[in-house]
Amino acid sequence: MTTTVAHDTSANHQVEGHEHPSWLAHHFDDEQQQFDAGKMGMWLFLVTEVLFFSGMFCAYALYRNRNPEVFEFCSRFLNEKLGAINTGVLLFSSLTMAWAVRSSQLRETKTLIGMLGATLGCAAIFLGVKAVEYSHKWGLGLFPGKFFQSQLEHPVHTDNNYLWNLSIVPMILLVCFALYYAYGVIIASKFHQRVAGPLVIAALCFFGGVGLGTFLESEEHEEGSPVTHNATGEHAAHADHDHEHDHAQEHAVAESVKPAINFVAVDSTGMHDDVAVTPAELVTPVSAVNQKGMAGLFFSIYYCMTGVHAVHILGGMAVLTWLIVKAARFEFHSKYFGPVDNVGLYWHLVDFIWIFLFPLLYLIT
Amino acid sequence: MSVVTKPVTMPAPSFEAGTEDNYLTHTTGFLSWALTLDHKRIGLMYLAGVMASFAGGGVLALLIRLHLWNPNIDKTQALFSNQVYNQIFTLHGAIMVFLFIIPSIPAALGNFLLPIMLGTKDVAFPRLNLGSFYLWICGAAFFLFSLFATGLDTGWTFYTPYSIESRGPVVAATMGVFVLGFSSIFTGLNFIVTINTMRPPGMTWFRMPLFLWATYATAIIQVLATPVLGITVLLLAAERVLGIGIFDPKLNGDPVTFQHFFWFYSHPAVYIMILPAMGIISELMSVHSHKGIFGYRMIAYSSVAIALFGFLVWGHHMFTSGMADVTTIVFSALTFTVSIPSAIKVFNWIGTMYQGTVSLNTPMLYALAFIFLFTIGGLTGLFLGALSVDLHLHDTYFVVAHFHYVMMGGTLVAFLGGLFHWWPKMTGKMFNDFAGIVSAAIVFVGFNLTFLPQFVLGTRGMPRRYASYVEEFQDLHRLSTIGAMMLGAGLLVAGLTLLHSLFYGKKAPMNPWGGATLEWECQTPPPHDNFSTPPTVGDPYDFSNIEYDPKTGGYFKKK
Repeated sequence: MTTTVAHDTSANHQVEGHEHPSWLAHHFDDEQQQFDAGKMGMWLFLVTEVLFFSGMFCAYALYRNRNPEVFEFCSRFLNEKLGAINTGVLLFSSLTMAWAVRSSQLRETKTLIGMLGATLGCAAIFLGVKAVEYSHKWGLGLFPGKFFQSQLEHPVHTDNNYLWNLSIVPMILLVCFALYYAYGVIIASKFHQRVAGPLVIAALCFFGGVGLGTFLESEEHEEGSPVTHNATGEHAAHADHDHEHDHAQEHAVAESVKPAINFVAVDSTGMHDDVAVTPAELVTPVSAVNQKGMAGLFFSIYYCMTGVHAVHILGGMAVLTWLIVKAARFEFHSKYFGPVDNVGLYWHLVDFIWIFLFPLLYLIT
Repeated sequence: MSVVTKPVTMPAPSFEAGTEDNYLTHTTGFLSWALTLDHKRIGLMYLAGVMASFAGGGVLALLIRLHLWNPNIDKTQALFSNQVYNQIFTLHGAIMVFLFIIPSIPAALGNFLLPIMLGTKDVAFPRLNLGSFYLWICGAAFFLFSLFATGLDTGWTFYTPYSIESRGPVVAATMGVFVLGFSSIFTGLNFIVTINTMRPPGMTWFRMPLFLWATYATAIIQVLATPVLGITVLLLAAERVLGIGIFDPKLNGDPVTFQHFFWFYSHPAVYIMILPAMGIISELMSVHSHKGIFGYRMIAYSSVAIALFGFLVWGHHMFTSGMADVTTIVFSALTFTVSIPSAIKVFNWIGTMYQGTVSLNTPMLYALAFIFLFTIGGLTGLFLGALSVDLHLHDTYFVVAHFHYVMMGGTLVAFLGGLFHWWPKMTGKMFNDFAGIVSAAIVFVGFNLTFLPQFVLGTRGMPRRYASYVEEFQDLHRLSTIGAMMLGAGLLVAGLTLLHSLFYGKKAPMNPWGGATLEWECQTPPPHDNFSTPPTVGDPYDFSNIEYDPKTGGYFKKK
């Protein structure tokens, strides 16, 4: 609210006498009041967003405090590399977003559209990587709560086409945007091209993210993922899954075994201690963790937090698209850039929440 | 500032029907209402919506009381089966809380009055305002669905684990709550921003009408508490659809966590319901006593204090849910702190009447009923806040009577008082004051007859939400049922009085009660843009230069 609107008389040519310019809503006295109101509204909205997420952070704190060993164990199944890349992508998108705000004030429409498009593209990369992560976990049966299938010890990567299914909508969108761009070229409308260009690139970015994610996920596999580490031991408890194994796979898995994680560290009070070496008699067997109410609950929290965050990314992409349309109409100038500024605030918050989610979920061990 | 409005003395001829442009006649046609961005029309649409919800919830309440006319030990004699009874009280509670009380004063009266009291043209975000109205409609549709899908029987609190297992349409109802929550958040956000950024020159924080202070405090709670309800019901829906297990003991989840999450919103929500009512009473007391408000600053601060304390006391709903002893003691102690700002308000209202010229008209009688009923409701809250007593009274009719005294005797009565008070401004018509007084009297007697016996029932051990009871309770239950019918009749009289005025009411003068806040300097009904010239901001409770004009039947401000 303390930000003052820069004065730029060139932007003001629509103003005639006491008439309101088109960009100033009729109930506001001047652009400063309009800007302040919008900005305060956005800050309040961000407060509600933080409180909205706080419920899930509370749930996280509660269950991690109660079962620290479950969180530590399950966190190994999240791919740190992918998480780190997504963190970098979002941080970079915050930079492009802030740059977009600057460009809108300076009326550099070309840069503005470029920066908004870059932000949109980063969001798409993020979602692409996320789609790989989700589909990989679903393939392993790592579903939330009661749908959790206990396969951590005997991973059977079922070849369900989760990733393919998740890509259908982006693919349709890509085709639509490409057709839209072609339409813009055919009718020689600069406006439509300005809008469609960034959208096509953003849709392509999603598949870039998918490709990157798939590559890194398979690389992880070759190194021997934590999942395969658990392939030894605890056979008896999960005999029902055994028929799904083919022996060759099991053999291959056994070859790649490094120090096996068959026990989860926990001290006698149930409180976790990161530093001390845990005595052997105080460890919990994996089978105790590897249940719907234990690991399943962790993945519930994981999906809830990252899922709601992803929904916010999608919301952000929708408003970014709206901004691109407005920018392509040259609507922003030094006295009217509130929408860009406010979407920027929202985008930084989405980024900010991820910065908390990443260490809390991926970097426990 | 310099414009000397020659007010009410002149306007008699210009108020002929249809000659003057006002917000009701500014544009016509269905779409001019459905797509309006005018806060006054949105307020009226909300008013129609909440009144319809109230009528629906009220009929369900009467059905509950009719069912309890007999002990129903013999199930064949009962009016409803136990299952149907559970559904009726669930929907009664859910409709009354989410569709009526929470939006009643802020969204309906607040929307209409807030910009006019501020002397502005509209709220800060008119589109968002219309959006929150449609969110309300959408949430109401979810509730209607769960009404016709029959089977929502969890109680309005949706406690787990039952709400996970119930076969009723819990997901639809929780989605309704989620959507209604966002409607409420956006209303609150709009009001905070409007008050912060759009006050006219000269209106400092302490020259705002107290209704605005109360609305502001309410909006703070709406913005801070409602998102937590949003995530809670979202997790509950995920619990049912995806079986995430966070609240499900079968999956190692913790049902008490749900209660914490739920009450973290729903206790502050109690103050969303009562604070705007207190704001109305502050206006009514002062205007109808024709005397400046006593202790303006203390009333203003106490609104904010209630809003803040309200966040710290949710645990008192859960004294028997299994919390640590220390926690219960802390929550109990914090609960008592809320009584301080509440008592400050009651004291100041009474101080306002002292040596005033009290007009005993309809709005004032409702306001007086509020003070009486709210005081009983507040004082019985102390019984429930005390740990030792609460263990016995928890989940009995004592609790039912307590919150009806606060919610219905408090909020509803104040809402009616406010509605009668601002009705002439909203519609341009005067209602029949005698009929209004009769309605206030019937409502007051009927209300006490309904709920006083329930205090006794509760102390004798009648549990809430039961479809049947032992014979000993029959007399008190029948008293309560008779009272409920009377209350229903009183509300009907009130409604008919208002409806009657629409068709046969006299033209309302600009300032029928002698108020000094800005809405009374606005034409009746207000024009589309509220004020053609920015009004002069003065002390909202300075009545020294307000004089009665027998020609118009209203008051005017002497220059």
